[in-house]
Amino acid sequence: MSLAFKQETFRDDYTFRNSPEAIRRFPFPFPEDQYMYSVNIEPHTAGPKGAVTEFTLDVDEHYVAECRDKAITLEQDPGRCASLPHMMDAEWDFLEFTMESLARDYPEQFSLSKNGKAWTWINRPLGIEQSFVFGDAATLPMGPFEYMGRQVQGDFVLLDQREDTLFADAGIVTSQADWSLAFNVGMSWNEWHGPVPQVTKLGVMDRALKFLMSLQQANPVRRLNWTMTINPRLDTSPENYPLWGGDRNKVNEQNAGELAHLRVELQTLFRMPRSNAIVFSIRCYLISMQEMATYPRWAKRFHRVLRDLHPDLVEYKGITKYQQAVVAWLSRFDDGADIGTGTQPE
Amino acid sequence: MSQLQVKVASIQDVSAGVRHFTLVDAHGGELPAFSGGSHIVVTMPAPGRTYRNAYSLLSSPEDRAHYEIAVHRQPQSRGGSIYMHEEVKVGSVLDISYPVNLFALSRVAKHHLLIAGGIGITPFMAQIHDLERLGGDYSLHYGFRSREHAAFADALKGRVSQRAVCYDESLGQRMDFDALLRAQPLGTHVYACGPQGMVEALVSTARALGWPEHHIHSEQFLAPPVGEPFTLKLSKSELEITVQGDMSMLEALEAAGVDAPSLCRGGACGRCELEVLGTDGELQHHDHYLSDADKASGRKIMPCVSRAKCGYLELNL
Repeated sequence: MSLAFKQETFRDDYTFRNSPEAIRRFPFPFPEDQYMYSVNIEPHTAGPKGAVTEFTLDVDEHYVAECRDKAITLEQDPGRCASLPHMMDAEWDFLEFTMESLARDYPEQFSLSKNGKAWTWINRPLGIEQSFVFGDAATLPMGPFEYMGRQVQGDFVLLDQREDTLFADAGIVTSQADWSLAFNVGMSWNEWHGPVPQVTKLGVMDRALKFLMSLQQANPVRRLNWTMTINPRLDTSPENYPLWGGDRNKVNEQNAGELAHLRVELQTLFRMPRSNAIVFSIRCYLISMQEMATYPRWAKRFHRVLRDLHPDLVEYKGITKYQQAVVAWLSRFDDGADIGTGTQPE
Repeated sequence: MSQLQVKVASIQDVSAGVRHFTLVDAHGGELPAFSGGSHIVVTMPAPGRTYRNAYSLLSSPEDRAHYEIAVHRQPQSRGGSIYMHEEVKVGSVLDISYPVNLFALSRVAKHHLLIAGGIGITPFMAQIHDLERLGGDYSLHYGFRSREHAAFADALKGRVSQRAVCYDESLGQRMDFDALLRAQPLGTHVYACGPQGMVEALVSTARALGWPEHHIHSEQFLAPPVGEPFTLKLSKSELEITVQGDMSMLEALEAAGVDAPSLCRGGACGRCELEVLGTDGELQHHDHYLSDADKASGRKIMPCVSRAKCGYLELNL
């Protein structure tokens, strides 16, 4: 597979754009006109060729630019990567998991050679070659989790399983939808899901926890989640709210197509072998309303979802200020025709 | 669920009734790493029915070339352990699950107190590899009926004699749980694996002494008890299935081709929980998963080890 990596930015001048191929493979999350929060977990099995789920970890045209943006965020705020001391086995599990996945699925871009515990890792897109001893953190330029967390798109949280729950005891989080790693690190499952509306009374989180506690090696699962972001910005953290929060007041019916983006998270969960930890991967895909509207079926669908969204979810997702402007912009594509079920673009 | 295929590389009788199996990848590759305390579920295709039993991995979690398990021939076996003892030979190929850990060491414990009875030593054999590698502070107390039942006493002596204490019941040596638990420093986690009576005594002593619930860990894989036959009525799939006296509900569902989830198959993990809609008799709960309130409600059942004394049992499946 050949990948042409784009030069683009996710801040300041915001030159991020999706190619027509990237639009076509966008993980559009709405199979129906109505959206309600659900756990919607399914096995993370290999999707069709070209889909974002084709491989264990998806590498796309934005890879190099996203890794660069992540490095900028970490330089400005090293606290975006944190790991409690008992997570060292999980850190090495994570390093092995990401290196083996990338080298297996993208052999033109990445390679891993092992001679006992002496390993050599080559990352061609980022120009990295590193020899090190597996299990000896002193042979890497930084901790194993941060080292590979910087070389994979998306955010990662390592969950330690104990006391009948899961603790978020390590994370590298630079493209989050308005939540804080510094605030959440060390929290248990019920603590970090406390704010989600409309779910505790349904027992949804208890069932999801029970399911994840019995997650097995080699049987990963995934789900899609979504929100919206103004401008193609990855770092919409609470810490940097002054840098992006105000943009939500700038959206109107004329510029919504360009400014407003659907932000879809492909969330995947993998059981690690040595540590028994779970890797929680949150991969963010952005698409502007203009790009989405190149497929009118998607524009119709999203118009209906956004127009009829439950007020609690509008508030929780932080889209109150510009919901009406985006609905108005999208309404031109919606003739009210029945488009059936399914997430396909056409 | 993804499965692994392994080949039996060697078999050894290590003590009275305990057979030790060394397994290698059937395709010559590496086996997955695991964490100490993990078990695998071995599928045994006996004529006419399939047994699936959980066995703790006792080899080093870092050894990707071999897995080792020890199988105690159960006197009242329904067939699983007898199959392992009589049918499985060097060269036999077996399907096993990926390792699953329901008995993990707490990574935030200050001290680990490991209590093993008989064949219950097996998960600790792997855990002490992890503890030695991580420099964890621990002590191991291993009780057995007599020297000929002490499957791994010699192996322990060589490896970790400083930290292991053996108790030979035939010489009148017994663990004093109360004294042992009282002597532990704050922040200690206790782990028990062995016969039901021993595990229950340890757990209740720890609770009585005020140990935090999350500092008390135990693992027992139960074999499904034998009972009387009854009929399962499945409301969603509109099927009626007979559960024979020597079969578990889960095995009967699987034999009928019903897609029922399961994981440990020993009443510990909770994965196979089913909703009960009705019965003309009474439920016989045997699992360690459901709370007393859940069991009393009559609305939930773990089909891997529990059954019913009834004519029919209706499930929401």
